[in-house]
Amino acid sequence: MILAKVYVTLKESVLDPQGTAVQRALQQHGYDEVQDVRIGKYMEVRLNLADKQAATERITAMCEELLANLVIESYRFELFEVNA
Amino acid sequence: MKTAVVVFPGSNCDVDAVRAIEDVMGLQADMVWHSETDVSAYDFIFLPGGFSYGDYLRTGAIAQFSPIMKAIREQAEQGTYILGVCNGFQILLEAGLLPGAMRHNDHLQFRCDIVPLSVEQVDTPFTGNYQKGQIIQIPIAHGEGNYFADEETLNQLEQNNQILFRYHETNPNGSVRNIAGICNAKRNVLGMMPHPERAVHEWLGSADGRAMFQSILTAWREQHA
Repeated sequence: MILAKVYVTLKESVLDPQGTAVQRALQQHGYDEVQDVRIGKYMEVRLNLADKQAATERITAMCEELLANLVIESYRFELFEVNA
Repeated sequence: MKTAVVVFPGSNCDVDAVRAIEDVMGLQADMVWHSETDVSAYDFIFLPGGFSYGDYLRTGAIAQFSPIMKAIREQAEQGTYILGVCNGFQILLEAGLLPGAMRHNDHLQFRCDIVPLSVEQVDTPFTGNYQKGQIIQIPIAHGEGNYFADEETLNQLEQNNQILFRYHETNPNGSVRNIAGICNAKRNVLGMMPHPERAVHEWLGSADGRAMFQSILTAWREQHA
């Protein structure tokens, strides 16, 4: 069994209004060191596969087809071997 | 002329669309469940607003895989008139039937209002009964109507005259180049955030959406004369 941790965020070039709102709130609370906040999505996908290479291909396809909208978002993922 | 209003799990402007088609076009509209796989009998297909699949993941993201979308893609190629309003527009974007993507409104608020739009192009089945440059009042109700596309796509939309509506004077969501509605290159698929089906009687606050439904009927009759 492979666990894929998938992170989807808005592309750097796309303004993130939620991140900006949270950044301002943090700064208002005195966290002056905050330079930037980006908000994204975190997904855990469990795959009934043993091979990481195969899992990479499948997860990449899932990200490009559904999990991320490539017009505005980018994605990355990490794979972990877990017990079924 | 046969008309259909698609119902996804979570659609909530479907009845408004049916009433607008009945009241303005004088036609009976079929409500078609999203699991349907053949819509070839229809001449006009309306994708209504709402929250298909609860807006999970992204607005319209899951609806793009409803069985009916494959059938709608085929009809789009055949030239059937397809109108996606609000969530319907978001679904058309996610399905790749129109270019670009939708982001949260730049101010992060859900905005419910009647806004002025300028009619940019009138050489489409949806806008023939408007005047070019006409300012119309159409309601909006959305939290994710902030249209985005890259510069190259935007320039292409402008060159091909595919931007049919822009927000006039005030931009309620941050859309690039004030875009409120775009059509495909073939000009038979329109996606727009404002709701023309909610502006078909003066007592609704505006009747400026009527001309869209009349345009569709006129265009279809001319095509089938």
